[in-house]
Amino acid sequence: MSELIDSLQPRFEGLEPRPSSDHPAMQCPVGLLLPLIECLRDEFSYSLLCDVTAIDWEEESPRFSVVYHLYSVKEGRYVRIVTNCEDDENPSVPSIVALYPGANWHERETFDMFGIRFEGHPDLKRILMWDGYPYYPLRKEFPLAGIETELPDAEIAEETKAKVLPAPMMGGPFVAADGSPMSKSEPRAKDQSWTEWKKKEALGGNDLDK
Amino acid sequence: MATTTKEISIGDMGARASAHQDELQGENMAINVGPSHPTTHGVLRLMMELDGDLIKKCEPVVGYLHRGDEKIAENMTYNQFVPYTDRLDYIAPLANNVAYAMAVEKLADLEVPPRCAAIRVMVSELARISSHLLGIGVYGMDAGAWTPFMYTFTEREKLYTLFEELTGARFTTSYTRIGGVARDVPEGWLQKVSDFCDQFLPILEETCNLLTRNRIFMDRTEGVGVISKEDALAYGITGPNLRASGVDLDLRKDRPYLGYDQYDFDVPIGTTGDCYDRYLIRAEEVRQSVRIIRQVIKSFPEGSWYAEDAKKIYAPQKGKILTSMEELIQNFMIVTEGPRMPEGEVYFEAENPKGILGFFVVSKGGGVPYRLKIRSPSFCNLSILPKIAPGLYLSDITVLLGSLDFVMGECDR
Repeated sequence: MSELIDSLQPRFEGLEPRPSSDHPAMQCPVGLLLPLIECLRDEFSYSLLCDVTAIDWEEESPRFSVVYHLYSVKEGRYVRIVTNCEDDENPSVPSIVALYPGANWHERETFDMFGIRFEGHPDLKRILMWDGYPYYPLRKEFPLAGIETELPDAEIAEETKAKVLPAPMMGGPFVAADGSPMSKSEPRAKDQSWTEWKKKEALGGNDLDK
Repeated sequence: MATTTKEISIGDMGARASAHQDELQGENMAINVGPSHPTTHGVLRLMMELDGDLIKKCEPVVGYLHRGDEKIAENMTYNQFVPYTDRLDYIAPLANNVAYAMAVEKLADLEVPPRCAAIRVMVSELARISSHLLGIGVYGMDAGAWTPFMYTFTEREKLYTLFEELTGARFTTSYTRIGGVARDVPEGWLQKVSDFCDQFLPILEETCNLLTRNRIFMDRTEGVGVISKEDALAYGITGPNLRASGVDLDLRKDRPYLGYDQYDFDVPIGTTGDCYDRYLIRAEEVRQSVRIIRQVIKSFPEGSWYAEDAKKIYAPQKGKILTSMEELIQNFMIVTEGPRMPEGEVYFEAENPKGILGFFVVSKGGGVPYRLKIRSPSFCNLSILPKIAPGLYLSDITVLLGSLDFVMGECDR
C-alpha cells in the first residue's frame, strides 16, 4: 500500500502518507500538486481522474482540504491526494485542467460549493448554483435550510419582489439537530401541528368537535 | 432551343451571392435548448451557437435539479440518507442503494453475508436492465423510432412489479440498509425473476431487431458524436459510454465487489465510440445482466440477509425488538443516533448502469457523516459535450444526448 508513496517521497519533498481506511493516500504540499499529479498520470498510469472535491474542517486551520481521486485503468488501483489550502479566508489551489480536461466541471463545482479558487482554470464560474449567488453552500457555517437571497433574474425580482426563501427544514420533520441532547436530536416529526384538529371557523365550528 | 438554356442570370446571381458571402456566413445564430425540452431528458439546458445547421459551440448549463444532497447527508444519519440515493439515478434506484450501502460498509469494515451479496448483485443487475431498457427505448425514440420504446416500457413495467414485490415500492425503493438489505426475498420471487428472464430475452431480440440493422437508425447514429479513447479517459467518461470508445474498464471485473468474480459474464467493448456503438454496448450489457441473474438464481445461498454480528449498525428484527430488552435498546440507539461508525475516509465506486458512481465518505465517528461527496457518472459524461458537439448538425444533438444516456437527478444532485 505504501510502496507507491515510498517511491515518490525522494522525488517530492514534503509528501507524506495520510491516514486512510482504504486506498493509498498522500498529503501533498500545495506547491508540488501539479508535478505530482503529472508524474502519477504519466509514470504510474493513473489515467482516469475520478473526482475532485473538498472538505471544510470548520474551526481547524488549514480549513480547506482539496481531495483528488485517481484511478489506474491498467492496474485497477486508486490513489487519493489531499492538499491543504494555505489561506483560510481566500482559499486557492492550482488547477489541474491542463492535465485532465475532465477536472473542469469538478473544479467549478468545488468552487461553487466551497469558494475555493482554482488558479489557472479556463472558466471558473458557478455550475450548480446560479451566477451571482452570494454564498458557498457546502461550507459548514451555511445553514441546512438555506439563506434568503434575491432571485437569479434581476428583472423578475424587481417586478415580482419575490425572493428565494430558506426551506422550512431545520427543526422540521426528521432532521436530527447537531450537538443537542439526544431527546432533542431524536429524528421525529417535531412539528406536530398538522395532526391537530383544526376548527373550520368559516362554517361556525364543526359538529365533530363535540 | 439553345437560347432558352442560356443561364447567364444564374451565373449573375452566384456572383452577387459571393459578394455578400462574408457578411452572411459571419453571423452565427444563438439557440437555446431546454431546460425543459424533450430532447434533454430532464432539465438540461444547452446554449449553442449555430452556423446554419452546424453547431459551432455548445455549452451545457446544469444545476436546475440541484437539491443539495451532499449538504443534507451531513445532517442525517447514514440510514436516513438511503432514500436520497433513490433520487440520484432515478432510473436505477436499486443500484444506487447498493453502491451507497457498500461505501458506508467499507468505512465500517463490514462484510455482508453471501445471501445479502447475492440479493444485491441481483437487484443491481435488474436495475441495469431497467436502466438500459429505458436508455435504448428513448434513444430509439430520439432517432425517430417509436416502436422500440413501447416494447422496452412493457418490459420495464414487469420489472417494476418485481421491484414492488421485493421492496414495497415501484420507483423509490430504498432497499438497502447499512449492513444488509431491508428484507429477505419473498417466497417464490426468484422463480418469478427466472420466468421474467425467460420471456424477456426473445422480446429483447425483437426490440433490437427493430434498431440494430435499421437503415434510418444507422444513418443517424453511425459516425456521429465519436469520442476517442483518449478523450473519453481524459474527461472521466465511464460506464457504457467509455466502453463504447474501446476502453476496457468495468469495475465488476477489475475490482470485483459483492462477489462479482464468481459469476461468468463478458464485458462488451466498442471499436469506434460513436453513437451507434453506445447503443450496441447497452444492448449487449442487458444480455450479460440476464446471464448474471440466472447464475445468481442457480447459486442463491442460504443464510442471513444482513450482517448479524454488526449489532451497532444494522437494526434488529422487529420481532426481537418487541420481545427483548437488549434489542430494543439497540434499535433505539441506531434509530436515534445512527449506526456507530469509526473515524476515517473511504472512497468507494460501483459500476452502475450509467457509469461509475462513487461515494467519498469522511467520518469523524458517530452516526452522521462529516462529509459525503457523490461522484456522479452523468455529471462527468455530460462534461464532454462542449468538446464533441461542435461540428455536428443541430439534428444530431438529439441522437447524441440520447446515446449518452444521462439522468439529471444524478448530475445535479
